[in-house]
Amino acid sequence: MTAPTLTREPQTAAVNRPGQRHRRRTNWTALAFVTPYVVMVLAFGVGPVLYALKLAFTTSGGGFAGTDNFSRVVNDFRFLPAVEHVGYFLLIWLVAMVLLVVILALVVHAVSVRWLSGVIRLAFYLPGALAGASSVLLWLFMLDPGASPVGSLLRGAGWSSFAETIAPGHLPVIFAVIAFWTGAGGWIVVMYGALNNIPTDIMEAARIDGANVVQTALHVQLPLLRKWIAYMAVLSLATGTQLFVEPTLLSQASNAVVPNDYSINQLAFQYAFDLNDVNGSAAIAVLLLVVALALSALFVARGGLFESEGP
Amino acid sequence: MTSGLTSRVHVAPRRRQRTPRRGQQTGLAGWSGRTIAGVVILVFAAFFLVPIVWLLLAVTKSGGQLLRLNPFEGGSWASLQANWDELFGFQDGAVVHWFLNSVYYALGSLALTLVVSVPAGYALALTRFKGRRLLLVTTLVVMLMPSTALVLPVFLEINTIGLIGSPLSVILPFSFYPFGVYLTFIYFSTSLPSSLLAAARLDGCSELQVFLRIALPLARPVVALVGFFSFVQNWNNYFLPFVMLPSSDNYPMQIGLSALLSSTPAFNPSAAGADSVQLTTLALATVVSVLPVLIMFMFSQRFLITGMTAGGIKE
Repeated sequence: MTAPTLTREPQTAAVNRPGQRHRRRTNWTALAFVTPYVVMVLAFGVGPVLYALKLAFTTSGGGFAGTDNFSRVVNDFRFLPAVEHVGYFLLIWLVAMVLLVVILALVVHAVSVRWLSGVIRLAFYLPGALAGASSVLLWLFMLDPGASPVGSLLRGAGWSSFAETIAPGHLPVIFAVIAFWTGAGGWIVVMYGALNNIPTDIMEAARIDGANVVQTALHVQLPLLRKWIAYMAVLSLATGTQLFVEPTLLSQASNAVVPNDYSINQLAFQYAFDLNDVNGSAAIAVLLLVVALALSALFVARGGLFESEGP
Repeated sequence: MTSGLTSRVHVAPRRRQRTPRRGQQTGLAGWSGRTIAGVVILVFAAFFLVPIVWLLLAVTKSGGQLLRLNPFEGGSWASLQANWDELFGFQDGAVVHWFLNSVYYALGSLALTLVVSVPAGYALALTRFKGRRLLLVTTLVVMLMPSTALVLPVFLEINTIGLIGSPLSVILPFSFYPFGVYLTFIYFSTSLPSSLLAAARLDGCSELQVFLRIALPLARPVVALVGFFSFVQNWNNYFLPFVMLPSSDNYPMQIGLSALLSSTPAFNPSAAGADSVQLTTLALATVVSVLPVLIMFMFSQRFLITGMTAGGIKE
């Protein structure tokens, strides 16, 4: 089992080989087929990145700015707190994802009644349908002790009003819970699929050797899941640094108890829209892009996505 | 925060994996193990489902009932009707407008995504041309990046060419969907018998005919899958339309929700005016905003799970 792998090259060589004329025709068609996509890549992938880079290194007048834009945003008194907020959130969320997703996948996998296991998986991943603003809105209700179905729990914890529930110190946990609620189910299903893929004879051998369930999980199943766990962690880390919708809506719903520059992306947004400083905004965007690009490139380079594609 | 779902699903050729029953070797030993496992499952099933169940019940209550009644008690049709009227009366039917905008943006970019991605995936899988490998690597790198990372750069670019506020400012960026190209690429690489294409060529089909008459009909499952994920992702997108579309007339449903939120006195005390919205109406808006996707999720369960696990099961 590997991450998405191109298992084998299609036998296109054979198709392309006969005759120069045929080969030529094929390539023209290929060109026509990929051109619209290449235009898209340039216009909405590569283009914006280059443009953001240009803006990040120039002044508002268009002159070369060196690293001025970067030092300006990094020295902004709101920048470090924003990084800290996102860092706390990521720490909590990633630990929760890795531990709980793996445990839940193992437990669901141990359910041997087929329909029951299917129903449980559906229950787990259904929240994935609610994403973005919808899931945040739903959680606003959950966090409002007046309306929440777990209002007594919230009050029991000493939070009797919405403002108390979303006190700034609680936010990283709250965002982690929302993100986990929306995204964990899909990953549980993926891990479940990976567990199903472990050959029966390996599991059989472990059992015959006297391994109990926990030992089997730790020494057989976990090592075989490792690649998927890494995949999940890298993608989640990259996504998490982009935190935006949750704090934006919470800020709106809380009369700015949650500041509107809570996360890094929000700060970049403030720069572009409130300060009219597109160069500063571009500098933050470039910093975030570097993180996202580095993580995704690391995965492409090491993840074996191209295993069968020779260089 | 949710692009993860789409970027981790790997299509595999239509190959039904029926693993042999795992049997008792993975079954939990003893009743205590089973009890613990049962409790874990129940607790988390509640965690995942209670909010949804609560939401579906909340829309049948009035604002007062929401606070008075048991959270899991249903309200009445009359209250649902009242919430419905309030929601669709909000700002002279703005919600209908937002909903239709969402449909327009999601379907428009879906169509464009398919037209762009499927031929590209086909050509990448079955032909060799200069720059092919570069295009593949770019596709993978962008696909694994969270889509939000590109929002501000795309905004700055679109801003410069003066397209802000136009529907194209969301439809065009939505239509750049490397994951769709990757899915079709994998599908055509692994499951299209090249002998079939060769036979069609021998029969005198042009390359275009080979694609339209042989490859495309066979690729129906992957086309459906790409369409599904593209629709879900674009329907739920918040950040991009948030920066691109400043005017309420152009809001999709997701941004409309935040406008409704601002008009809910429970969350924004300064909103207590003529156009204010009750909590239960806001709940109904949330349901309406996710309904298309929720329905698709329920009925595509098999499809989704097959799509997701197929990638996981692939050796």
